[in-house]
Amino acid sequence: MPTTFIQAINQALSEEMERDPLTFVMGEDVVLSAFGATKGLIDKFGPRRVRNTPIAEAGFVGAAVGAAMAGARPICEVEFASFFYCAMDQVCNQAAKLRYMSGGQARMPITFRCVYGAMGGAAAQHSETVYAQFLSVPGIKLVVPSNPSDMKGLLKSAIRDDNPVIVFEHGALGGHREEIPPGEYLTPLGQAAVKRAGEHATVVAIGAMVPRTLRVAEKLAKEGISVEVIDPRTLVPLDEAAILASVEKTNRAVVVDEGHWRGGAAADIAAIIGEKAFDFLDGPVRRVTTLDVPIPFSPPLEKAALANEAKIEAAIRAAVGR
Amino acid sequence: MDLGKDKMLEMYRMMTRIRLFEMRVRDLATANEIPGFVHVSIGEEASATGVCAALRPTDRITSTHRGHGHLIAKGGRLDRMMAEIFGKRTGYCKGKGGSMHIVDFSLGILGANGIVGGGIPIATGSALATVIAQRDEVTACFFGDGASNEGTFHESLNLAAVWKLPVIYVCENNGFGEFTPMQTVTSVTDIAVRAQAYGIPGVVIDGNDVLEVYRCASEAIARARAGEGPTLIECKTYRWEGHVVGEQAFLGKASYRSEAEVAEWKARCPLLRFEKFAAESGKISAAELKKIREETEAELEAAVKFARESPLPDPAEVTDDVFSG
Ligand SMILES: Cc1ncc(C[n+]2csc(CCOP(=O)(O)OP(=O)(O)O)c2C)c(N)n1
Repeated sequence: MPTTFIQAINQALSEEMERDPLTFVMGEDVVLSAFGATKGLIDKFGPRRVRNTPIAEAGFVGAAVGAAMAGARPICEVEFASFFYCAMDQVCNQAAKLRYMSGGQARMPITFRCVYGAMGGAAAQHSETVYAQFLSVPGIKLVVPSNPSDMKGLLKSAIRDDNPVIVFEHGALGGHREEIPPGEYLTPLGQAAVKRAGEHATVVAIGAMVPRTLRVAEKLAKEGISVEVIDPRTLVPLDEAAILASVEKTNRAVVVDEGHWRGGAAADIAAIIGEKAFDFLDGPVRRVTTLDVPIPFSPPLEKAALANEAKIEAAIRAAVGR
Repeated sequence: MDLGKDKMLEMYRMMTRIRLFEMRVRDLATANEIPGFVHVSIGEEASATGVCAALRPTDRITSTHRGHGHLIAKGGRLDRMMAEIFGKRTGYCKGKGGSMHIVDFSLGILGANGIVGGGIPIATGSALATVIAQRDEVTACFFGDGASNEGTFHESLNLAAVWKLPVIYVCENNGFGEFTPMQTVTSVTDIAVRAQAYGIPGVVIDGNDVLEVYRCASEAIARARAGEGPTLIECKTYRWEGHVVGEQAFLGKASYRSEAEVAEWKARCPLLRFEKFAAESGKISAAELKKIREETEAELEAAVKFARESPLPDPAEVTDDVFSG
């Protein structure tokens, strides 16, 4: 069935809520559902399990932590990813650490969902790609699906996982439609997908950058440049083996991400490749990212700031020397 | 308080500028001439106007995602605001901010804000700067009923109360946060009662009556300026339009309020109410009000023209202004 990201999320939520009576959804406007992902859940599961929260991120994110510690399985929506900043203590000091600090006693089965990324004129406080901020906080799993089929399978795995997992949904992809497998299926966390096999360069692309990178790879294939595109699908855990195996084959690596250049997921993956596949590399690992500026509002500035297909193409050409 | 005629006409002009600006922005956004999310404040003109009319030019404000009205009331120029909303280089923020982020420090506008509750600690800190510098400006902090559930609201009120900061907190209670009715997510009917918890005065007023807002804000501002600390003013009001322009695309057939309710509030229009008051007072003629409307329409036309004809930013400007110095 051709299915949008939003529909895939809705299916995953509905299936998992049916499966486990201790799951529940909460967040701002989840009853009416501004983006449509939680639409109709109220009719199926009622107000006990589908809860509109006050606009109080620190409060309800923290309540998700407490609910998880006491046996429930919250699915907590934080609208725009930048609003996580309002709840950083609850995520980073509490959810991420309490299992470890309690000597393994605390179970933390929380799924956070949020919309990230630039979607056209939403400006800096609604456009950021914020997963890197959590990458250096051990104890949180990070999921960045690039297509509706993975979205559904990864979200279902996230909900069943006993750890805090943040699922990042790109704001510009919501209505994007693709075939997804029928019925129930799970996509494991920590398993990359080879989206396209190739020989001359490995491009690790994250989230919304995957379809863009695939378009560039298609174009370059016509000139005989063969690009292998790897979608890690989850940043924590990271399928290092798949990335390294590809680089060992192609000897060239580019990492494409919508996050920033400094301190981002691209920097992290590039460092892993540099450290663990050094002997196989024919050149530096290149990063294509958003510039290190807050995302500007005006369209020409936003375009200049973001990673895009032209920049991806230029980096691949530089890597292969053609 | 006996307001002079000039002050009253000035307030009517402000409300008219806000109303016409917002209607135009709504239409331009609907026609896709404006990028991004646009929140308009049609129906809420009196609270912005009454509060800002009681401030001095050197006083400061913080605002919200629904901020056009506050900025206009504090003296914002329609042309530079419109240019910013269009993403043009001549806009207040050189196109980097947009509708939700307009700032003009020269007018004491510390900014609209995309983060709900984000402006409340900033206003508090602005008042703190006044104390540090031993000056006498007041800061007015605008926010919605939804924002009053954020921790920043509660932490700020306590801080301002303890330090007796010269700030007034103005809650514009329009009954909704996005599509969620206020009473389903808020523990109290009147936000103003929350003031009691922090030992400061809290008052509920008719937010659609610009004269009442002006009177009440004037008292709170005088208290703040005298070093007696903050006040929480709750203006009961209503937004006529959707939360965000184009929200029906999200909502589909769903709705979160009745047409009857919207109609009831439209009947309580802040501008009509002032016009009625003016007619009854005998001091202000219909012709004077009409002239203000016509002048505002011309001002707005010029603003739209300015915005349309202004250049877009040069992509090379993308890295400017990240740091100072
Ligand atoms: C921290 C944060 N959480 C959520 C949002 C999304 N959001 C934008 S406006 C809004 C409703 C705000 O309600 P209120 O404060 O009452 O102001 P109103 O829109 O009614 O003027 C929400 C939830 C946001 N921008 N920032």
